[in-house]
Amino acid sequence: MMDRQEKGDLSLVALTKSFATFTAVHPLDLTIPQGSFFALLGPSGCGKTTTLRMIAGLEEPSGGRIHIGDADITGTKAHQRNVNTVFQSYALFPHMTVLDNVMFGLRRRGDKQARAKADDILELVQLGQVAGKKPTQLSGGMQQRVALARALVNRPDVLLLDEPLGALDLKLRRQMQMELKRIQQEVGLTFIHVTHDQEEAMTMADSIAVMNTGRIEQLGDPATLYEQPRSTFVANFLGQSNLVRARVNPGGTDHIVTVRVHDTDLEMAREHLPEGVDDVWLGVRPEKLRLGEAGGPNHLRGIVRDVSFSGVATQYSVEMPWGQELIVVQQNDGTARAALGETVSVSWAAHHGFALDASQDAEAGAELVDDHG
Amino acid sequence: MKWIKKHLIAFAALAVLGYMLVPNVIVAAFSFNDPKGKFNYNFNEFSTEAWTNPCGAQGICESLGLSLQIGVIASLSATVLGAMIAFALGRYRFRGRSATNLLIFMPMATPEVVMGSSLLTLFLMLGVPSGRTAILIAHIMFCVSFVVVAVKARVATLDPKLEEAAADLGANPTQTFLRVTLPLAAPGIAAGALLAFSLSFDDYIITNFNASPSSITFPMYVWGAAARGVPVQVYVIGTVMFLLALIVVMTAQLISSRRHRQVV
Repeated sequence: MMDRQEKGDLSLVALTKSFATFTAVHPLDLTIPQGSFFALLGPSGCGKTTTLRMIAGLEEPSGGRIHIGDADITGTKAHQRNVNTVFQSYALFPHMTVLDNVMFGLRRRGDKQARAKADDILELVQLGQVAGKKPTQLSGGMQQRVALARALVNRPDVLLLDEPLGALDLKLRRQMQMELKRIQQEVGLTFIHVTHDQEEAMTMADSIAVMNTGRIEQLGDPATLYEQPRSTFVANFLGQSNLVRARVNPGGTDHIVTVRVHDTDLEMAREHLPEGVDDVWLGVRPEKLRLGEAGGPNHLRGIVRDVSFSGVATQYSVEMPWGQELIVVQQNDGTARAALGETVSVSWAAHHGFALDASQDAEAGAELVDDHG
Repeated sequence: MKWIKKHLIAFAALAVLGYMLVPNVIVAAFSFNDPKGKFNYNFNEFSTEAWTNPCGAQGICESLGLSLQIGVIASLSATVLGAMIAFALGRYRFRGRSATNLLIFMPMATPEVVMGSSLLTLFLMLGVPSGRTAILIAHIMFCVSFVVVAVKARVATLDPKLEEAAADLGANPTQTFLRVTLPLAAPGIAAGALLAFSLSFDDYIITNFNASPSSITFPMYVWGAAARGVPVQVYVIGTVMFLLALIVVMTAQLISSRRHRQVV
């Protein structure tokens, strides 16, 4: 009971949750390696919190299994699982001191060293000096750390974080992101972090599963998800994307293919092209686009319709001859700036383009990002 | 003049407070009276006779004892029943829930005279003898409603996430209830219990319908004595009850204000 070094990976096998009127989580298969920082990312209502609650044992799955290592924990109750949750609202016990809150889990297990362990963990989250206070006397950020300590102190097989930073202001959120990452590396436990904030997920997680309407859209490390999204939803939900309609030209080399966008042939890496598709959305991230001709084969001409300056960068909206506006983000690094109404060239390197099956909605996921800021 | 204007609200508050407290002050003052004749209506002479011998009037302490006994048993039983009903209504969805919610208010809405007489009819039909048991059953019945209202209000403010957090941290359902739910609901339960006790202790109408000559409660004793001349001891007991209530309320205020200060 005391020393559980052999915890193992968390695996979800065809895990499903259906309610009377809708299916919150479609059969989900996922393996989360022990000791990793994993993020479940998606808009509200995508099924990420339901998945988390099933892992915690607070929600009963409609089907499928949950394993930790070799143990099948599907049929066990929440209090029997060695899984702890940091709730979005923290859910600290208001009638207990910070110390009693932190010792709650240890006492349930009859841990003789409860006090010493609690003191250690409060030191880790830098709250040793408020151990005797009631949670309501603390600031939001401190309460958040108490909630984290209360869960961490039990050294769970899996620690679940349900939008734990949602209630904090931006500056504190940034600070806590670093803090959480540091603590995770220090204790080496498996963290599963549920969030709708793509930046937060990318900053903290080793790997991210992007969820949408109860399904995993794509799973991978943050850089791969960002550079090579496999669906328009991922392309739009993780950062911004320019998606233009293109048709793949036959031929090309092993590394390079050309695609036809309206009347222009553009190059892209063959490895970024999904197989067996001819009609595609050609995608390029706004910061990969350059104003002016960079000498490469990929450039389009358009008219600057909007310029917005944001300090480190300037965002341009460039209207293409076919009416679509491309977003271009230029670092304010002293290079030439374009003026409103000016005709400019927009160019990019071939390997920065990615292609997505054109049968998908180009706007999928884009409208959801602004909801949460 | 300016000073008076500035403190007008304080004066108004003091006046209202005085208006509310005058009866209690009169009771306390007349508990030190040594009345001439049977009636304690004119202050005659200062005396501590009644205070040193509170059981001096015949039957008064028996009636007080009975009222306290009924009050304690009735309020405890009503608190247990009422708290369970309140948790059921506040936490679970079940068939008949809204009907229960409505019916629980019935004893509060029914005139006491009607309830007292219909209870007497019921007890006579069932062959339950008038007296202490009948009074107790009646008191528990109407106290339950008040407890339910008090506890339900508290349960409604409890975050169900706290219970989930307790389960998540390894507490089984019993531990969760004892360590999280119950302590958090305690202020509501205590308020319900106090309310139930004072309602039971104070009740005259329903009690009178269902009493027997051997079960004279304190309110019945006072009522009966009023016709023949109220003994000074009644004033003493009245004063003591008032002071006890004051202490209870002040303690509760103190605890809650301290808790509140911690919150801020």
